[in-house]
Amino acid sequence: MQPEPSHAALQARFHAALWQPDPPRGLAAVAQDELAQRFAVYRNNVQHSLTRALAARFPVVEQIVGAAFFTAMARVFIAASPPADPVMLRWGGVLPAFLDGFPPAAQLPYLGDVARLEYARGRACHAADAPSVAPEALNVPGLEDLRLRLHPSVHLFASPHPAVQIWQAHQPGSTRAPLRAGPNHAVIARAPDFAVVVEPVDAASFAVLSMLSKGATLGHAASQADPTPALTLLLRYGLISDALTGDIQ
Amino acid sequence: MTQLPATTGLGFKAEHFRDIMAARGALGFLEVHAENYMGEGGVPHAMLAALREDHALSLHGVGLSIGGAEALDRDHLARLRVLIDRYRPESFSEHLAWSSHGAAWLNDLLPLPYTDETLARVCAHVDQVQETLGRRMLLENPATYVTFECSTWTETDFLAEIVRRTGCGLLLDVNNVFVSATNHRYCPRAYLSSFPRHAVAEIHLAGHDTEELPSGPLLIDSHGAPVADPVWTLYAEVLAQTGPLPTLIEWDTDVPEFEVLLGEAARATALLDAVKQGHPDAA
Repeated sequence: MQPEPSHAALQARFHAALWQPDPPRGLAAVAQDELAQRFAVYRNNVQHSLTRALAARFPVVEQIVGAAFFTAMARVFIAASPPADPVMLRWGGVLPAFLDGFPPAAQLPYLGDVARLEYARGRACHAADAPSVAPEALNVPGLEDLRLRLHPSVHLFASPHPAVQIWQAHQPGSTRAPLRAGPNHAVIARAPDFAVVVEPVDAASFAVLSMLSKGATLGHAASQADPTPALTLLLRYGLISDALTGDIQ
Repeated sequence: MTQLPATTGLGFKAEHFRDIMAARGALGFLEVHAENYMGEGGVPHAMLAALREDHALSLHGVGLSIGGAEALDRDHLARLRVLIDRYRPESFSEHLAWSSHGAAWLNDLLPLPYTDETLARVCAHVDQVQETLGRRMLLENPATYVTFECSTWTETDFLAEIVRRTGCGLLLDVNNVFVSATNHRYCPRAYLSSFPRHAVAEIHLAGHDTEELPSGPLLIDSHGAPVADPVWTLYAEVLAQTGPLPTLIEWDTDVPEFEVLLGEAARATALLDAVKQGHPDAA
């Protein structure tokens, strides 16, 4: 008589079979010849629910490649990079790099960056809460010595492709404008009303914002370019959490 | 720590936030999936904090893999502890199932064999959860599509022994009972008569889908349909035995208009009210 398989061995078999055509050994059902159909419920639940979770996180990627391509791609991705823990709102951070190297998507070199933009939107959505300073906080003497603490949701997005424009073209109600060749830059962040914004900026303002986000003084950042457009954008969306003199802790 | 009220609650869906806020206090309690509130900030926490002011709260986990062969994820337990400390839910519940294997989380509730080995492991996991969270947890009976050749315990005896060894409570999902009984061709009333009713602290009601196999129906626990009539009948029979219990309407996929959920809730409330009149002491 064979010894009973251990719990760990049974679970390993069950897990392996989720990615294979046949059900694992050791299962039972009232009609043994129906085991494959019964086990398929679990296989479908796992693959379908993870695929839909990925599509919810990357809706424009799915629009660009189409549902059938997305489902087939997701199957490969999920097998290689399943969620590492139950916090699904964090899953998918490595999808952009996967798409960069996914041969069937080689004709869409911008796809990975569209995925990066979508992932950044998700991160902004769930980033920590923080206050927003009123515009008067910048109405002080010694403005050039101020350093800004940006809202935790702020993500500075840059792509050598016109990824921002492509993403915008897939938003409801968008009108198609001729694509520039790229590059694209944008601020991705969560406004105080919880709307997640994707605001295109030019390369000069992107450079200013990059310096501000690293703790540079306004005066130092202004040496890059006129900081007015960047500051206007930050204030419009409440993305400055603090303005202070001295080093940011 | 207070308990969930013996009234009807709804699983919270963000699209119904305004409706629920407008109906302030009309619902007995709300239940949320813990893992949806493990981001740092933003809309989920803002909504939950607002809802918490007027509602009793049931925190329902889907990610602990209590029925898994591997050690519990301590990071996930710590995240649960943070949520519980922040929102002070009246109840915390999880599933008799596994959902992680190695480094992969599978986003489904998968079945386990019922043996002496798995019993010892599940009890150790429940002990660890209750110690880490500093409270009694409820464990939910699963809906299953297969069983295991090596199982030596019935599901109800397995659950009763977990209760006896760990002191945990149970979440009786009546739809899961009906789904599993139909799928494995046994009588749901026989199952319920041997269920450790004394430990039940909450009831779940949900809808299911139906497929046809050569041997008969295969029910799928979809949470995407109204509660089926036979499940309502079983629910009324359970209440007649237990007295009124906190009862949740679960609807997680193809979520309908809020009025549809209120209709399902009203049906449960009517059955609860009837049994409260018959059990004046239990109310």
